[in-house]
Amino acid sequence: MSATNTLPATQAVVLTGTGLPWRLPLLLAVLFVVIPSLAGEYWLGVILVPWLVLSLAGLGLNLLTGYAGQISLGSGGLMAVGAFGTFLLMLHVPGLPLPAALLPAGLITAAVGFICGIPSDRIKGFYLMVSSLAAQFFLEWLFLRFPWFYNYGGGATISLPSLTILGIDFGSARGRYYLVLTIVVALTWIAANLLRGHVGRNWTAIRDMDTAAAVVGIPVNRYKRLAFAVSAFYLGIAGALWAFAYLGSASVQSFNITRSFQILFIIIIGGMGSLGGSFIGAAFISLLPLGLDTLSQSLFAGHVDAGLLQNIEKVIFGVLIAVFVIKEPDGIARLAALFRARAAIWPLRL
Amino acid sequence: MEFFLETLIGGLLAGTMYSLVAIGFVLIYKASGVFNFAQGSLLLFSTLTFVSLHEAGLPFAAALLVTIVILAGVAVLIERLLLRPLANRSPMALFIMTLGLSFIVEGVAQGVMGAQVHALDLGIDDVPIYLGNIMISQFDLAAAATALVLVGILAVLFNKTRIGLSLRAVADDTRAALSLGINLNRIWQIVWAVAGISGLVAGMLWGARQGVQFALSLVVLKALPVLIIGGFTSIGGAIAGGLIVGAAETLAETYLGPLVGGGLTSWFAYVLAIAFLYIRPAGLFGERAIARV
Amino acid sequence: MTATDPQDRILEVREISLSFKGVNAISALSFAVRRGEICALIGPNGAGKSSLLNILNGVYTPDRGEIVFNNRHFRTIDPLEVARRGIGRTFQNNALFHKMTVLENVLTGLARHASSGFLQQAWRLPRARAEEAAHRERAEEILEFLELQSCRDAVVGSLAYGLQKRVELGRALVAAPALLLLDEPMAGMNIEEKAEMSEFVATINRDRGTTVILIEHDIGVVMSLSRHVVVLDYGRKIADGTPAEVQSNPEVIAAYLGAVH
Repeated sequence: MSATNTLPATQAVVLTGTGLPWRLPLLLAVLFVVIPSLAGEYWLGVILVPWLVLSLAGLGLNLLTGYAGQISLGSGGLMAVGAFGTFLLMLHVPGLPLPAALLPAGLITAAVGFICGIPSDRIKGFYLMVSSLAAQFFLEWLFLRFPWFYNYGGGATISLPSLTILGIDFGSARGRYYLVLTIVVALTWIAANLLRGHVGRNWTAIRDMDTAAAVVGIPVNRYKRLAFAVSAFYLGIAGALWAFAYLGSASVQSFNITRSFQILFIIIIGGMGSLGGSFIGAAFISLLPLGLDTLSQSLFAGHVDAGLLQNIEKVIFGVLIAVFVIKEPDGIARLAALFRARAAIWPLRL
Repeated sequence: MEFFLETLIGGLLAGTMYSLVAIGFVLIYKASGVFNFAQGSLLLFSTLTFVSLHEAGLPFAAALLVTIVILAGVAVLIERLLLRPLANRSPMALFIMTLGLSFIVEGVAQGVMGAQVHALDLGIDDVPIYLGNIMISQFDLAAAATALVLVGILAVLFNKTRIGLSLRAVADDTRAALSLGINLNRIWQIVWAVAGISGLVAGMLWGARQGVQFALSLVVLKALPVLIIGGFTSIGGAIAGGLIVGAAETLAETYLGPLVGGGLTSWFAYVLAIAFLYIRPAGLFGERAIARV
Repeated sequence: MTATDPQDRILEVREISLSFKGVNAISALSFAVRRGEICALIGPNGAGKSSLLNILNGVYTPDRGEIVFNNRHFRTIDPLEVARRGIGRTFQNNALFHKMTVLENVLTGLARHASSGFLQQAWRLPRARAEEAAHRERAEEILEFLELQSCRDAVVGSLAYGLQKRVELGRALVAAPALLLLDEPMAGMNIEEKAEMSEFVATINRDRGTTVILIEHDIGVVMSLSRHVVVLDYGRKIADGTPAEVQSNPEVIAAYLGAVH
């Protein structure tokens, strides 16, 4: 066997697959039982719910951009499709419970995503950005210009009267937490399944070198469009949850180009090509503003202007992105994986 | 017919504003192969700096000069801290870096100079002039003239000076240029500074028209269709692309807009760009890349 | 199928011509490869060898001429279709999926054999699980054969060049192609590694009956591995025969003047 001048397999750190932590039953127990019993309304409703929804959105975009390698700035618009779709379905189909509306809304978003993906047959790499920008701005325009979408409501906003499912009211912070958690866990499991098999491998093959992928026998265009559709499905559901399980009411403004950038940053910082990374990135994006706020309150007793705080936040995000791109392009997820790998052999290295 | 001409001319002139922004992108793309997403924030930063200096009491010319010096300094910083460590990385990595840079610049610009809208008076009367029965905005004409002058200056810079020659060498073949002893780092600093200045010019015109404020940095997104249509690597292409986008957008808004309630200008250019990519993937003046396996 | 063709040609290249921006890469090239043989394609750099493989793969379209593979004719073809018809390929510059592991790379070779549907994958239904397990078993078999087991979980981008070439061979091999196109599979290897790789190629040809077309610069390897050699120079065929015949051909010697390996 010829010698390799690289690390033996056990030490080479692999950032493949899903990047989700192993001990799953423990994690689920913590999420479903421990946290709700310990956390108060504020934590559940203001921190955990948005974190979960943003993670789901990040996950969706990660499938398309991190795994399949197709850049998209249309996440916000697709989230809007899911939100408005859910709203209209529940409006026009009386008695439809929310979960039952989410599925068709997700499928509608998947169809829109599929259409957005059609140009990817001809347009590659970087230029594809313009296709998602077209979709984003078109959808922003659509959901504002045509009042039918928000049922002629004032302020162009949509909202649901209540979050009652099968007679149980999920409107409380705890209720919304359970609702969102269940959906996110289920969809994450599905995503993990897809990524473990040939669908996930085909996507990463397309990302790494699409000409070789074609030569190897992967139907590249078909899988690209599949990635667009599946990613859109996830984004649509995330959008609906964002509007109804977190904000309460939303207009298309909640899903503008800034949102698209936010979702992109989630996966850049968390780790493109890592499911677990989406959660980490979302935590960052949700918690950093909070952390800064608390810090400024305690250090400067509220003398710091809110606008200045926002700008400081921006600078921090920018610096983080630049640092990550230079030092660790696979984001925090890889740092975490490296850390875990080092920790695993640490006793031996003594 | 006259109405059509008026709309068309108005659109073309509006397009020159886009061209001005696009020129900054082309400069950087040609020299360092990066689509500089931060061009918009640099535009905002430079214009804000100028306006703040002017409002603080500095006369027009002095404020301009100081701003240019600051821009040069920023270019050096960017090259040292961000471009050098990413020297051999993929275009995607560089692009993401410019995304990060755009956030840094925006945050610093608005953090230091505030987020209010600043008015900018360039001394151009926005009284329309008439060509026959066709109404033309004087401001737009001034913008077009400025664009021409800028292109002229750049053309002289590229073709008649030694630095320009080095820039073209680097744009053509970076490794060959290196082997000739051309200081790549210095070239990049110069290009980013020049791009910053062209951004300042564009920013001043845009700012005079719609006030100097955050939305200015979103202008960068519109530059993308302009560059796709005109090609990323040619200044002439940036002009042509801007004109086409400006004209098409305006015509679409005027003639198709009423059918759908207006607002087409927010997305029409992008759809146009997609159509172009189907027909001519490298833009009108860009180079076709052949993938060798 | 073979009744009409006493020579049992698995592949025929007929009058293929290809040019890039006015430069002739290949001019009126014709030759045939018999089923089960190892055919070496040699010639100085730029002779058009890789371009020919790209044509066989559907990556390039020739300006003129046609290809006949297993009695089916084509000129323009989709790379996906080529893979389906049973042609596998390795590349000069290691077209591996550099962020995926060795095992995953080899598994992608079986991508076109995956029949379980999207929903079956999403819900991890038994059929999908069974198919995935079967594919993994096949991949492991290939890894075993190519002695890559010890680095099966390593990210391909971090491996030594020689090992990468072996992974690429595994990826091409796992789908059991009838024809294997190898583009300089031994480039950058030392003597030991070359011997190993030659051994693998010979075994694949002998035990699995796979026909091999091999682009290679090392004359020693070419002479020992192949029974059929085709020599290209400036896109034209200048010799076609057994290694011994080709070696003593004066045109070949002239083309190689100075290029001694």
